[in-house]
Amino acid sequence: MYSLFLKEIRSFLSSPIAYVVIGVFLLVTSLFIWVFPDYSILEFNFANMDPLFVMAPWIFLFLIPAVTMRSFAEERKSGTIELLLTRPLTDFQIVGAKYLAGLVLVFLSLLPTFLYAVTVYRLADPIGNVDTGAMLGSYIGLFCLASAFVAIGLFSSSLTDNQIVSFVTAVFFSFFFYAAFDSLSLMQLPQQVLLVLEYLGIARHYEGMSQGVIDSRDVLYFVSLNAFFLTLTRYVLQNRYR
Amino acid sequence: MSVRIESLTKTYGVQNAIDHISFSIGHGEVVGLLGPNGAGKSTTMKILTCFMPQSSGEAEVCNFNTRTSPLEVRRRVGYLPEHNPLYGDMYVKEYLLHVAGMYKLANPEARVKQMVELTGLGPEQHKRIEQLSKGYRQRVGLAQALVHDPEVLILDEPTSGLDPNQLVDIRNLIREIGQQKTVILSTHIMQEVEALCPRIIIINKGKIVADGSRESLQRGKKGQELVEVELDGAIDVALLRGLNGVLRVEVLSGNRYKVEAQAGNDLRKAIFDLAVKQNRAILSLNVQQSSLEDVFRQLTRS
Ligand SMILES: Nc1ncnc2c1ncn2[C@@H]1O[C@H](COP(=O)(O)OP(=O)(O)OP(=O)(O)O)[C@@H](O)[C@H]1O
Ligand SMILES: [Mg+2]
Repeated sequence: MYSLFLKEIRSFLSSPIAYVVIGVFLLVTSLFIWVFPDYSILEFNFANMDPLFVMAPWIFLFLIPAVTMRSFAEERKSGTIELLLTRPLTDFQIVGAKYLAGLVLVFLSLLPTFLYAVTVYRLADPIGNVDTGAMLGSYIGLFCLASAFVAIGLFSSSLTDNQIVSFVTAVFFSFFFYAAFDSLSLMQLPQQVLLVLEYLGIARHYEGMSQGVIDSRDVLYFVSLNAFFLTLTRYVLQNRYR
Repeated sequence: MSVRIESLTKTYGVQNAIDHISFSIGHGEVVGLLGPNGAGKSTTMKILTCFMPQSSGEAEVCNFNTRTSPLEVRRRVGYLPEHNPLYGDMYVKEYLLHVAGMYKLANPEARVKQMVELTGLGPEQHKRIEQLSKGYRQRVGLAQALVHDPEVLILDEPTSGLDPNQLVDIRNLIREIGQQKTVILSTHIMQEVEALCPRIIIINKGKIVADGSRESLQRGKKGQELVEVELDGAIDVALLRGLNGVLRVEVLSGNRYKVEAQAGNDLRKAIFDLAVKQNRAILSLNVQQSSLEDVFRQLTRS
């Protein structure tokens, strides 16, 4: 499994996609944080990184599917899936290795934004007058959200041998879980249904964590969401490829 | 038994790709799996390698059931799939090390080096796989199938599309490997079977139509003897027909005759005596074995 994990990371890093994704992510987030007047920290003198945490989910919504679209679709198209599935690995290990590799890539793209955090910290008046708790919580929340997008992306990739289809499906599912549940809860529906809908959406849990409160229920939600999609992926591997 | 399958069936929709197939292969045997396109060769191999499950029946490799202990089976099988799929963007050595890693070998570096030598990949080992010629890619496919020193090798058309030189090299390689390992290979090239496989299994439309040693299959055809003779002048066909045990005589161009007789009658001496009596000289005379191709066509014609 470790060997497969390393290979996945290496193939991410040897293809241009990873660099484009990380580059675009950093470019867009830094534009929002430092340049665009509507959001820019320099204009507002607020020492926080809210622009990053508001924009990042939307950027990830497109970038993560671009990274994960290859994972199974490409193997299936080129036929290498036949060798992969006849190695002495369980299906769970195969899905797990690809998932972990995706998480590493997300982590790599978030890493440089710590520089922003440091800058914000230094810019604050007095220095260090920032809500570090909220910032940490937001990072954890963002990472949880991204991991859910990775799981969704892997699942979408397992459904098809076409990368474009895989990408579009992943964006759709991710958007649905991120925002659509929330929008649905604006409809005229019984109170209980609204609560359930809101609970199912990623947005509410993400916002909860951004406040700096790591609620075990939010963590549990993300763990279940990831497990759900990884299990589905494994199910597809077992039944559709063969 | 290295490989044992029992009443194995695979159904796609309504069609039986293979239909209650059974055979056993002992340790160290090299078996050729033959059959027309769509006969079910690849399907059988995909089940044996635990790529896909059968619809019914059992398959065992080294006494491990493919259904109940797939990981044990996979550890013991080396597989070269039909179209030799590879990761084009990886380097030859990087890929082989990656494969070795998945089998948790004790000393992957040394083993990969050994494989590179064995398969003659030396001069190409630092290239990306997509830059290799087809023959060298095929060698990479063989190397990845061999890297974990499997007990059973399953090769699906290992030499398709190779030039004659590569063909000979790869065949020699397979023959060498076959000295110690159990090999099942599928192919459409009869010379290959003649060169490599002492035992043949022929599948047609999902059913086994022949299973035995190569000689027995070639001999077994109707039990006839075929002699082609060339004389320096014409001879009365009736005289040939009159020889002991002759079933049929075919007149070919240029005073050549094809004589078919029941097995057990040595025609050569009778023809020689006849020619002497008729004052004819024999220019050539050869006994023809029915070729594997004939056997194949006869068994698989629908
Ligand atoms: N995924 C699939 N879905 C439906 N039918 C399939 C599938 N794979 C194979 N078949 C059918 O099963 C039968 C056996 O196919 P298989 O690939 O095993 O043949 P083969 O003996 O390997 O032929 P070839 O010599 O052409 O490689 C064929 O009729 C084929 O159409
Ligand atoms: Mg085939």
